[in-house]
Amino acid sequence: MALRRIKADLHVHTCLSPCSGLDMSPREVVNAALGKGLDLIGVCDHNSAENVLAVKKAGERNGLMVLGGMEVASSEEAHILVFFDDDDDLLRFQEYIYRNLEGRNDERSFGLQVIADDEDGVTGFCDRMLIAATKLPAEAIVQAARSSKGGSLVVAAHVDRESFSIIGQLGFIPPSLALDGVEVSAKMSAAELRERFPECRNYPVITGSDAHGPEDIGRRFTWFTVEDGTVVEIKKALAGRDNRKAEC
Amino acid sequence: MNLSDVVKEFGLEVKTGSGHLDNEVTGGYVSDLLSDVLAHAEDGVLWVTLHIHQNIVAVASHKGLSGIVLVQGRQPEKDTMAKAEEEGIPIMVTGLSAFELVGRLYKAGIRGAEAH
Repeated sequence: MALRRIKADLHVHTCLSPCSGLDMSPREVVNAALGKGLDLIGVCDHNSAENVLAVKKAGERNGLMVLGGMEVASSEEAHILVFFDDDDDLLRFQEYIYRNLEGRNDERSFGLQVIADDEDGVTGFCDRMLIAATKLPAEAIVQAARSSKGGSLVVAAHVDRESFSIIGQLGFIPPSLALDGVEVSAKMSAAELRERFPECRNYPVITGSDAHGPEDIGRRFTWFTVEDGTVVEIKKALAGRDNRKAEC
Repeated sequence: MNLSDVVKEFGLEVKTGSGHLDNEVTGGYVSDLLSDVLAHAEDGVLWVTLHIHQNIVAVASHKGLSGIVLVQGRQPEKDTMAKAEEEGIPIMVTGLSAFELVGRLYKAGIRGAEAH
């Protein structure tokens, strides 16, 4: 397969995230992404992957590549994006996260957590407290992702932000943390990130929208030169291997 | 003691929820980890924090806290203000550090839970 340049937004929430609305249904997410000219999105709801398969299915039907993952909150309240190529790896990882996530959602305070199918039918509501943090330190989350059978892609989310970022919560990125890269939020450019947080120069940088509403999808994106929109290929692009590239 | 007494006594700047200053302050809690507040703060306590993200409002609402005080002159984010007005959650700001403010609150008779 030949290399091609794809436009990717790897940080998209769906209506499963308590802070997202019903308009982030699988079909709407896919349509909005295609409308913005994206080739690939990453689905990462807070501490859950229950809408990933529906978005993948809707994406497949419409020619949008979809990476399945989640945005895990560590016990230090640092957010980490984790993606897998293999759906079984993702679902096993979700079970591990669920075993370490306490509490029940309070819809009035935190919002609805809607599970949908690929035709936007509501199939259920997740009653776990997805807004909460897991009992797992960042190190344990990364290790669990790395122990999956297939490859995993692990990126520290919005590291420039004060809240819910590994730098904001821990002061700096622990050198032992095996990250594939760091994500800069829509608040600043990758160049500004490297300027203001020099430690980020040691990591590949991507950016994503962190979209909680359709209008935000694709407001930030990363170009990947890869054969395909898979975890294996994105990892190569981040590492700059085999002529793969990541630019933002 | 209710919130308006605390506001007057310590010169807090009221940013949101000014219609709810009659909330009774049953105690105090200091934390910058939302999960910790979710797990341990009790109904009616005044929460002292430097956290300015909008999720503090959802946490305060869920736990039935009397209000939130942001320390060191930190200003709530725009989304945080909007959500707090919507939910009727008082957010106040002090120029003091958390240590200093809590010391003064304690002296004024506001207490934390002794053990969890």
